[in-house]
Amino acid sequence: MWAILSLVVENKPGILFKVTHMFRARNFNIDSISVGVMANPDYSKMTITTYGDDKQIDQIVKQLDKMIDVIRVDRLDENMTVFRELCIFRIKVGNASDSMEINKMAGAYGGKMHDVKRDSIMVELTATPDQIKAFEELAAPFGIVDVARTGVAALQRSGV
Amino acid sequence: MSGAKALMVAMEKEGVRQVFGLPGGANLPMYDEFARCDIRHILVRHEQSAAHMADGFGRVSRKPGVCFATSGPGATNILTGIATAQADSAPMVAVTGQVPVSMIGRDAFQESDIIGMANPVVKYAFQPRTASEIPESVRKGFFIAETGRPGPVLIDIPKDVQQNEDDMVFPNEFQIKGYHPWTDPDVANVERAIAILLNTERPVILAGGGTIISSAFAELQALAELLMIPVVTTFKGKGAFPENHPLSLGPIGMHGHAEANRIIDQADCVLAIGTRFSDRSVGTFEDFERRRKIIHMDVDPAEIGKNQTTSVAVVGDVRASLRIMLKLLENKPRLVEETAWLKNAKETKSYWKENLKIHPGEMGAAKILRKLRELLPADSIVTTEVGQHQMWASLFFDVIHPGTFFSSTGLGTMGWGFPAAIGAKAARPDVHVVDIAGDGSFNMTENSLATAVLEDIPVIVFLINNYSLGMVAQWQRTFYERRMIGVDQGQCPDYVKLAESYGAQGIRAQSLDELGSAIKAALASDVATVIDIPIDPEEDVLPFVAPGTPLKDMILPS
Repeated sequence: MWAILSLVVENKPGILFKVTHMFRARNFNIDSISVGVMANPDYSKMTITTYGDDKQIDQIVKQLDKMIDVIRVDRLDENMTVFRELCIFRIKVGNASDSMEINKMAGAYGGKMHDVKRDSIMVELTATPDQIKAFEELAAPFGIVDVARTGVAALQRSGV
Repeated sequence: MSGAKALMVAMEKEGVRQVFGLPGGANLPMYDEFARCDIRHILVRHEQSAAHMADGFGRVSRKPGVCFATSGPGATNILTGIATAQADSAPMVAVTGQVPVSMIGRDAFQESDIIGMANPVVKYAFQPRTASEIPESVRKGFFIAETGRPGPVLIDIPKDVQQNEDDMVFPNEFQIKGYHPWTDPDVANVERAIAILLNTERPVILAGGGTIISSAFAELQALAELLMIPVVTTFKGKGAFPENHPLSLGPIGMHGHAEANRIIDQADCVLAIGTRFSDRSVGTFEDFERRRKIIHMDVDPAEIGKNQTTSVAVVGDVRASLRIMLKLLENKPRLVEETAWLKNAKETKSYWKENLKIHPGEMGAAKILRKLRELLPADSIVTTEVGQHQMWASLFFDVIHPGTFFSSTGLGTMGWGFPAAIGAKAARPDVHVVDIAGDGSFNMTENSLATAVLEDIPVIVFLINNYSLGMVAQWQRTFYERRMIGVDQGQCPDYVKLAESYGAQGIRAQSLDELGSAIKAALASDVATVIDIPIDPEEDVLPFVAPGTPLKDMILPS
């Protein structure tokens, strides 16, 4: 089972190390992680996606909550949450029709084109991990030269 | 005021009376302050022992013990002691020197990233980067170490931060936003726990180390006597309940008492108090949780559901939870007759008391430990090392006064017991302190004899000596077809001469009569005593539950 965890942590050096170390030490895995400072610069928001059964996710949440630098942990409900990841692909281009095809695909996913070259194109996509995976599968036959992803950022919708 | 001075003042405000430690280049400014304050410095011969002394002090006094070490190797030497305290939830504050801030990250002489190394084994770590941060780090550090589930806190102070002068504010009020050590027990959950307890046929109380940490002795005994439920403990919980009490069955687990393992195996409900269900206690997690309802009381919410699925959990200080349970039980109708279950438990206990086969020799483990129990006042504090002697102590040394028995149960750190005994004696100079030791473990920290003698902290080392790494030898006999590799200690050293060379008293006891005289001489002595007790190196610890097998598959002496 995939889970999205949202953490409010102290914005101090070494916190990312402590959080990721807990996952390693207790035999859990991080699927993705993103960190950014919050409106109040004393705190950072970490969004961690991970896999596990209910018992494991429960244990991850409890162990994170136990950490003194972690102010708050929430397991977010996918259906009540806006969650997105930014992903940049460099895709191989063989000919002009490849370019058009990729442009069309990117458009369908709300992507943007960058660095258009004779032999490659960059596509920037902000989407859910599932959508990114779907795009990746479509782009694969052209040849994906390189890819960079930010990890998921997520916010729960208000009024839930 | 300098950072070093602020450290000492802040520690005095926390009530610190002594520090166990060893100086070096990076903590000299702190050491210089001992000349100008009332805190006593107790010099060790190896930093690991300083940490164990602070740990022993903390477990006995329930206030953090303090140890000092310098940077680099000094700091890495205390890591084992910190990890030991963390595994057994002992309150401790370790203060290390660090290279100056400007040198950090440059692989300076005696630099180690102790904050990074210690992270997984501390409850929290501070590295003040300015002198003015020191008072608050100390205040918060002590608070974190001793509240909730206690644990070790590291304060790593760069040398220039110790030296720098600054205006100091010693805060009384402070905030740690992400730390919530107390949860009020949920009364509804206590009600649910009672409903389960009163409606099962074969309930057992399992008292863990948390019962001792929260001093819930009276509450535990009142509950057991009120409900007439047999009490077993974990090894860490040994002595949470008087072991001469009719309802006491002793510790369960790998080397648990036969009667305790038998009864918990038959139980249909366990009220588990302050325990994390270690593999050494429960045998196999799956078998243990499948066979019975589990009610779990613990101060640490992360322990709920970690190793065992529970029917009801009560999060909060276990003493507070037990008090609520007792209060709610006042109005409930209860059985007044002895149940068939309790009768069975008592019969099982007396059967094994009479029929457990022990070593036939005069100096068998059971006989020497019963001799110690016979002569040692009940309020004495006992620590142990790690190995066969530790498990024999669990089997054959009954703890009468609750909360007087301490051991490295979680990390299983050989060499813990002797320095921990010194720390315990520093906390309670009014009672006798005995380290039940094995030779293999004692070898690891025996140089603490210098501390015991020179600092006038007379503890007793009850050295059960098989000149062997006995527990490993037992596993080699049992699981490796007697291929004995790396366990023989020769006849080295002569422990009587060793003790004497430090100015301690050394006595060899080769008969029970000699042992009796030796114990009496040790109790009367003003200096530390090592009683060397040679035993049969082939004696095994039995019963034995092999790792990864359920408690019911206990191997018994044949």
